[in-house]
Amino acid sequence: MVEQVPLHHALIATTLMFFIGVYGFLTRKNLITMLISIEIMLNAVNLNFVFFNIYLFPGTLEGHFFSLFIIAIAAAEAAVAIAIFISLYRNIRSIDVEDANTMKH
Amino acid sequence: MDFSYTIWIAILPFLAFAINGLGSEKLPQKTSGWIATVAIGISAFLSYKTAIQYFSSPSRGGIIAFKTTWLRFNGTLHIDLGILLDPISVMMLVVITTVSLMVFVYSMGYMKNERGYDRYFSFLSLFSFSMLGLVVATNLFQMYMFWELVGISSYLLIGFYYDKPSAVAASKKAFIVTRFADLGFLIGILLVSSLTGTFDFGVLTRPEGLGFASAAPFLGLSTITWALLLIFMGGAGKSAMFPLHIWLPDAMEGPTPVSALIHAATMVVAGVFLVARLFPLYTAYAPGALEVVAFVGAFTTLFAAVIACTQYDIKRILAFSTISQIGYMILALGVSGHGGEAGLGYMASLFHLFTHAFFKALLFLGAGAIIHAVHTNDIREMGNLRKHQPITHVLFLIACLAISGIPPFAGFFSKDEVLSATAASHPVYFAIAMGAAALTAFYMFRLYFIVFWGEERAYPNAPKEAPFIMLGPMMVLAVGSAFAGFIPFGHFISSDGVPLATHIHWPVAITSMAMALVGTATAWRFYKSQSGSSEKAAKALGSFHTSAANKFYIDEAYIIITKGVIFKMVSKPLAWIDRNVIDTFMDLLAAITHWASRQVREFQSGQLQKYAFIFIAGVIIIVLSFIYAAR
Repeated sequence: MVEQVPLHHALIATTLMFFIGVYGFLTRKNLITMLISIEIMLNAVNLNFVFFNIYLFPGTLEGHFFSLFIIAIAAAEAAVAIAIFISLYRNIRSIDVEDANTMKH
Repeated sequence: MDFSYTIWIAILPFLAFAINGLGSEKLPQKTSGWIATVAIGISAFLSYKTAIQYFSSPSRGGIIAFKTTWLRFNGTLHIDLGILLDPISVMMLVVITTVSLMVFVYSMGYMKNERGYDRYFSFLSLFSFSMLGLVVATNLFQMYMFWELVGISSYLLIGFYYDKPSAVAASKKAFIVTRFADLGFLIGILLVSSLTGTFDFGVLTRPEGLGFASAAPFLGLSTITWALLLIFMGGAGKSAMFPLHIWLPDAMEGPTPVSALIHAATMVVAGVFLVARLFPLYTAYAPGALEVVAFVGAFTTLFAAVIACTQYDIKRILAFSTISQIGYMILALGVSGHGGEAGLGYMASLFHLFTHAFFKALLFLGAGAIIHAVHTNDIREMGNLRKHQPITHVLFLIACLAISGIPPFAGFFSKDEVLSATAASHPVYFAIAMGAAALTAFYMFRLYFIVFWGEERAYPNAPKEAPFIMLGPMMVLAVGSAFAGFIPFGHFISSDGVPLATHIHWPVAITSMAMALVGTATAWRFYKSQSGSSEKAAKALGSFHTSAANKFYIDEAYIIITKGVIFKMVSKPLAWIDRNVIDTFMDLLAAITHWASRQVREFQSGQLQKYAFIFIAGVIIIVLSFIYAAR
């Protein structure tokens, strides 16, 4: 089953996914949507790890473990990010990224 | 013999300075005077002990009582701090501690109820410490450090009444003039040490084979002559020799006991001490420099004596008298040779230093007692004070007789030695010294007759005799002024350490006595009563009298040179360059930086997505460049 899908197809899919995430991160103004975009980017990277592991180093598990680590850390990061959003909302009554502009020159 | 206790002579005043300076707010007002006086009293006691112990032993060599290396540059060149005992330093210890003790006791009466009483005593203790450290210095550099310390304590004490603009100006003038002279001293020290590789007096005063000959001459004079001339410049500044004398008359703005201690008896003779300390070097290597010393001394002694005859401020008269008497000492050193009878001038100079300390300190303390009573410095507002202050009158008279050289008072003996020494040299020097002796008697008795005789003035309050705490020290100094001349000084101090028999040189002595009597008689005729003959004499002298009364316009000349030449020709263009060229360049740099930062600060907009965009664009550019560079 695995052999029927060539590696570069999988890579094209993950690259698309990653840049969809980048695009969303750069264009969306809502912080939660931006967080979702980050998750998309992270998952694209996760998939890359898994694919490379399967195609290039079959029989080893390092890539899988990396993905698991990233998932765990992404969960923690999401928790921190949402906590920041909540406190930001308490301060400026908004979660629009353009309103959080006090840290400038 | 053990002399290790001599370290305490210098340390005790320093402790008094530290305690008074740091703890004065916690101590009651009165104690600061007692702390300082007790400390200097113990120092004086230890100094007498040292002198008796030192002079009772037959050898007159230098003893290093204490020594520690302070800075080590290399194997041979290092700066030490230590205590050197030899005839002149032991003699100076006795003079300084005695006069200091008397002035400290006197000050407790004079400065009573004065604001800054504790500050006064802490500065005075600092001065005593510095002066004692100066005379016992084992090397040139230690001497230089303490030299600057006495300079700063003199500055602090002249400016003691810091709310008086004239005192502030005088303290600055004293500091700047002496500091300028010290520049020469420092260069001289560096020259000497670079030629010899040592600062140590033990090596420098035994100058056989120090290797000066190898140094190249400069402008026709050998390097060692230059070095010793520059060192003498430092001494001339401190000792107020012409043309660096201008600070001393103004220094009289300080409290009168300070003038007695610093500007009459001790600090101003540091220049004499310096030349005496390096005397073997002068005679062995630079007789030319010694001629300059003699010339400066001779000129100053006459010059200052003439000015002293025309002044009306009691302290200024005494200041010019001090300059004149120090001129005597310098002249005697300048005409002296080394060893035996030829070294008479050396002995005479230090003998005169010794006796002068007593009678000049007494004169100043007497002037202080008078000023304390009549609240003015102007002798034209004084008169007939012998009725009001009989004890001060007698003490002052003793000092006047001593300084005028009338036997059997101390000044007669020392002045006789000085005059004999000049008699053996150039006749012009002898004539100048004789003339100055007559003038000395004249201006001292002019002062005496105007202040103590003359007619009664309308004093706002009747002048009262000074309290005993002020009269006591004056009596001690009067005993010194009267009898110090009988000390066989040459037995203790001579240029080569071999006792020199002193005897009165009758032809010289009789001439000088005649001169003193002529001066006294003239003063008596002019000033005993208001006959108006002094005004006639002043008129007859015409412009000479006017210029002498204006101190020969030396201060004005200094102002023209500094303001007209140095400020206008040098400082102003430099200031212009500084303000217009250098500052513009710096301002330009600042402006460019400011402009550039304005341009780039827009990048920091606070917009998260802009940052992210720039970051990602950067990553993409780097990745692409890696990919294409790898190809």
